[in-house]
Amino acid sequence: VTWIKQTLAVIALNLRTIPARLSSSAVAIVGIAGVVVVFVSVLSIGAGFAAAMQGSGSATRALVMRTGADTELTSGLEGPDIDVIKQAPGIRREGSGPLASAELYVILDVPKKSTPDASANVPMRGIEAMGMDVREEVSLVAGRMFQFGTNEVIVGRAANGQFVNMNTGDTIVSGQNKWNVVGIFEADGGVAETEIWADVRTLQGAYRRGNTYQSVLVRLDSSDTFDMFRDWLTSNPQVNVAIRRENEYYAAQSVAMTRLIQTIGFGIAALMGIGAVFGAILTMYTAVATRAREIATLRALGFDTTSVLISVLIESLGLGAIGGAIGAAAAYVAFNGYQTSTMNFQTFTQVAFAFRVTPELLGVGLFYALLMGLVGGLLPAIRAARLPIASALREL
Amino acid sequence: MKFLPLIWKNVWRRRFRTTFTLLSIFVAFLLFGLLMTVRAAFSLGVDIAGLDRLILIHKVSLIMPLPYSYLGRLQQTPGVELATHQTWFNGIYQEPANFFANIAVEPEAFLKVYPEFRVPADQVQAWLADRQGAIAGRDLADRFGWKVGDRIPLTGTIWQPKQGQTWEFNLVGIYDGEDGIDKTQFFFRYDYLDENRAEGAGLVGWYVVRIADPDQALALSRTFDEMFANSSAETKTTTEKGFIEGFAKQIGDIGAIMIAISSVVLFMFGLVAASTMAQSVRERTSEFAVLKTLGFTGRTILALVLAESLFIALVGGGLGLALAWVFVQQGDPTGGMLPIFVLAPRDVGIGIALMVAIGLLAGAAPALGAMRLRITDALRRV
Repeated sequence: VTWIKQTLAVIALNLRTIPARLSSSAVAIVGIAGVVVVFVSVLSIGAGFAAAMQGSGSATRALVMRTGADTELTSGLEGPDIDVIKQAPGIRREGSGPLASAELYVILDVPKKSTPDASANVPMRGIEAMGMDVREEVSLVAGRMFQFGTNEVIVGRAANGQFVNMNTGDTIVSGQNKWNVVGIFEADGGVAETEIWADVRTLQGAYRRGNTYQSVLVRLDSSDTFDMFRDWLTSNPQVNVAIRRENEYYAAQSVAMTRLIQTIGFGIAALMGIGAVFGAILTMYTAVATRAREIATLRALGFDTTSVLISVLIESLGLGAIGGAIGAAAAYVAFNGYQTSTMNFQTFTQVAFAFRVTPELLGVGLFYALLMGLVGGLLPAIRAARLPIASALREL
Repeated sequence: MKFLPLIWKNVWRRRFRTTFTLLSIFVAFLLFGLLMTVRAAFSLGVDIAGLDRLILIHKVSLIMPLPYSYLGRLQQTPGVELATHQTWFNGIYQEPANFFANIAVEPEAFLKVYPEFRVPADQVQAWLADRQGAIAGRDLADRFGWKVGDRIPLTGTIWQPKQGQTWEFNLVGIYDGEDGIDKTQFFFRYDYLDENRAEGAGLVGWYVVRIADPDQALALSRTFDEMFANSSAETKTTTEKGFIEGFAKQIGDIGAIMIAISSVVLFMFGLVAASTMAQSVRERTSEFAVLKTLGFTGRTILALVLAESLFIALVGGGLGLALAWVFVQQGDPTGGMLPIFVLAPRDVGIGIALMVAIGLLAGAAPALGAMRLRITDALRRV
């Protein structure tokens, strides 16, 4: 019991005197906070990108593309293929027919607001009338739906935010094509919100595609009818297609990018962490050195070596916690929800997304901060505990 | 010079502290080197892009093909040295994760327009003789263990062969190039593609034009775009540099993020160095007073302290940057995602300048303090 009392007393003493050693403590705190800011913010890019991609698409929808095509952009389907695909079993049917939309996916050159002098590859999708019913999560937030048979378009909410000339009433000029924006839609934060939607037939004309399409998106009766749908089509000699669940298609596209961001994030954080640990070691070493006499006095008064050791460790952990909290808060305030867009390397088109500083990331950041504090305090703590009382008291 | 032993002794006065200060500056510059490399990788080699090369793409978008017939008209335009075309193939080698750029080109013109891709003469001859021939970059060949003579199958995604799905190529050569040249690409012959694709005959992806005088780039771009205006395929012409810059901008501001992180890192470790120096000088107050009593001038003392902090910054930073360089020499760690992975001499220069700056800044305040020290005050203190 006395040991616990002693330990608590020394810990309290150490923590209360941190302000007195503020300038040297600041090195450890700023160092650890810096690591946490960088770590959390870099990973929040990955988390945001992955969330946008993985939140896109639904397991109850299937995407049909030509065999061999890895993205919609490289796929191609002829008019007659479409008729066969729409007859497949497993598709949900409502009054006006199967819930299926044959679509074109092309690129439109439009400058980003952040770099108005360079054009970006904005994805543009031609849909059939059924396209809106297939995607139940899509709804208009401004303006109205485009009229089929015209050059009207609706743009996703993220596209509206990221690219120029995307407001209702604007006209997007691209070569000899002019697209009138009549509405803005949202799609649960998915990648569709970076797209521009038009009538697929108008788009076929504008991009000289004849009667060809690139993909068919169908709503299944239920998630379980996927196999039936797929097997019927893949065994049908009239068409040469590959079928994926829509959510899996998008999730697969985020893998490479997410991995790259995580590699960079963890790599930077690990190296910075080593540096911050050095900073913490220096700080704690200084703290121990300047208080050598004090510590020796405590020991002379009968305080236990382990109490001293633990108290130094706790102080170091405390610095880690303060640094971690500052860093996590700064990362959250500065980056959570920050809207940006990047290139999806699979399709070479833009994807808009928001940085996501998730609770998990904050937790990992704080944990890392504590770890740095602990490791940084270890050597100085041992040193403090081993301090020879007599010579330390004589010092200075 | 005669003070060097004194500086040396002072640096190692507290071995433990100096070691960790050196280590933290070492880590800071290791990171700096790596971050600058990543930044350069994401700018896609824009620094080495040719200013004498123009790129013509379809005005609507890069994915729209252009007719082959433009080649003759481009070639006849005054000021054009050589025009050629390329077509994005997007073939898959074994599985989609093995992504690399594979592009159909006209071998002879291609090698003339891109002299930085070095191919041995006999391999060039082999390529000209073999319709199915292809050349791969050194890094790409190393990645998959390809040797000249290997047969490389690619699955078509955009372009399907008339039969089956697989295109077969003979690797007839391996190109090399200096640091900073993308050696992860795969080039094969356009005539092979054009004759065997199921559809799209006579279409090319984009044109590359080498011009005689880079100052004419803007004027010629305008000439080309006017030449094809109001046709079924209008064009947009930019310099290769502008084209790559535009592409890099699409990825987003990776460069800015890397620079921001570097700043945080350098600030952090600069602070460590500064606080260590300050403390080390504070401890030696009475010693400096003694030196002054012995007749050392304030300036000499300023120089002594600055030399000490410069030493720590330059040694720690220099070793860090050197390790970064060694690491970068090993090549792209992501296996193909960052084709241009070099630590540019310019960034090394910036790094050295930053070391000097950190050394001076960290030492400045304590050094000034030591210089202004009044002997009587200092000696009275303890």
